[in-house]
Amino acid sequence: MSSPILSVSNLERRYGDFIGCTDISFDVWPGEVVAIVGESGSGKTTLLNCISGRLERSSGSIRYNMRDGRFPDLADLSEAERRFLMRTDWGFVHQNPADGLRMRVSAGANVGERLMAIGDRHYGEIRDTATEWLGRVEIAGDRIDDKPVAFSGGMRQRLQIARNLVTRPRLIFMDEPTGGLDVSVQARVLDLLRGLVSDLGLAVVIVTHDLAVARLLSQRMIVMKSGRIVETGLTDRVLDDPHHPYTQLLVASILES
Amino acid sequence: MSVSSNEKRNALLSVRQVAKSFTMHLRDGVVLPVVNDVNFELFAGECVVLGGPSGVGKSSILRMVYGNYAIDSGEILIRQNPFGEPRDLGAGDPRLVLDLRRDCIGYVSQFLRAVPRVSALDIVAEPLVSRGVDRTVAAEKAAGLLRRLHLPEALFDLPPATFSGGEKQRVNIARGFITDHPILLLDEPTASLDAGNRDVVISMIREKLDAGTAILGIFHDQPVRDAVATRTIDVSAFSARRAA
Repeated sequence: MSSPILSVSNLERRYGDFIGCTDISFDVWPGEVVAIVGESGSGKTTLLNCISGRLERSSGSIRYNMRDGRFPDLADLSEAERRFLMRTDWGFVHQNPADGLRMRVSAGANVGERLMAIGDRHYGEIRDTATEWLGRVEIAGDRIDDKPVAFSGGMRQRLQIARNLVTRPRLIFMDEPTGGLDVSVQARVLDLLRGLVSDLGLAVVIVTHDLAVARLLSQRMIVMKSGRIVETGLTDRVLDDPHHPYTQLLVASILES
Repeated sequence: MSVSSNEKRNALLSVRQVAKSFTMHLRDGVVLPVVNDVNFELFAGECVVLGGPSGVGKSSILRMVYGNYAIDSGEILIRQNPFGEPRDLGAGDPRLVLDLRRDCIGYVSQFLRAVPRVSALDIVAEPLVSRGVDRTVAAEKAAGLLRRLHLPEALFDLPPATFSGGEKQRVNIARGFITDHPILLLDEPTASLDAGNRDVVISMIREKLDAGTAILGIFHDQPVRDAVATRTIDVSAFSARRAA
């Protein structure tokens, strides 16, 4: 496809006089992973919530390339269309799995629910697909009837990933997907994400404050500070040859390993 | 080595008037010049060696040609074949750089950046898989290269994080050589290899040259340099530090 899947132009979000994010323009292309990095309060989560339709913008445009070839602004979609997008074409992986899962229904139902939302009704098939996806995120099949409350943090995060990917979305938003996990668990979730993203050819916008995560997963990087983009480019170029003072500070703050 | 002397064949890589410096904002904006007015061309089937003492900017030039370092000015023109249209990697468009890396430029860096949990075999096969080659076919070719470089089979399915320096380097070499990129950048590929494996790498380089690959490399190892170099460029001539 020779056009972006998501196109953001002059986006701004204000909270009264306070700037959440401003002057934001970038495109996301099919199959690419774009990392948005910056410290707490830099506006990266505000930006992610705006472009994923979870937070109203103050101004600017956010256009999405629909499966049927239309390229409308999200604001011009009907509520039904927007809901359909969120259930099928898009995924959203929260930092805290509890925000993206239903903690009191079974793991299988958490995955199957997204399938039912797009019209699947055959119980056996839904269960088979759910089992397959649990396997893909390395959750043993015999845990399918357990509830996420009985899962560890890493398992919950993997379950949230399965729930998001089961409908074969084209675009996934992720907010610090490994932020709350132990380092050893992080590596497993990251590797899983990396594999799934490349196998499925997903486009991903991932917010992280961890430059190692950005390096591992993304091809392109956007660096934010005080609500503005201060540097963008190829991920390894930004990390190995940072130009903006703030990016240099971020990179200089990583421990050498 | 002007274009006119090769009028029937275009260079695969043309570096024109390239300058590069680092501005250290955390050090009161001090500017570290690296190279100035870099000009050279690289043709199919030749192995051009970047020469000169340490710190003169050899690795920086490789990194610029790979798009890993941005340039301050000039052009880095890449052709997929001698009759292709030149594309300017130096302009820094990330998507163009990614396309060129997939299709035109391979790179063997000095150090392998290992990814947790990914096996040596998958790391080597990955450039082929990303170009759409079937996973099984890519894995077979990867295994063949690793065998040729005498990596013990027992290591194929392990992530290289715990490998020795020489083992990691061989994984890195196999990964760089598995594709048929028209341009191959080599940053001291034999630095931590024993004599036997060094000779393997020399024959692998010669095979690439016979196949028409254009190679730009840094080799501190004199026997390797003597065995593969068709031309040497003295990077001191471009060094901005000499004057600084």
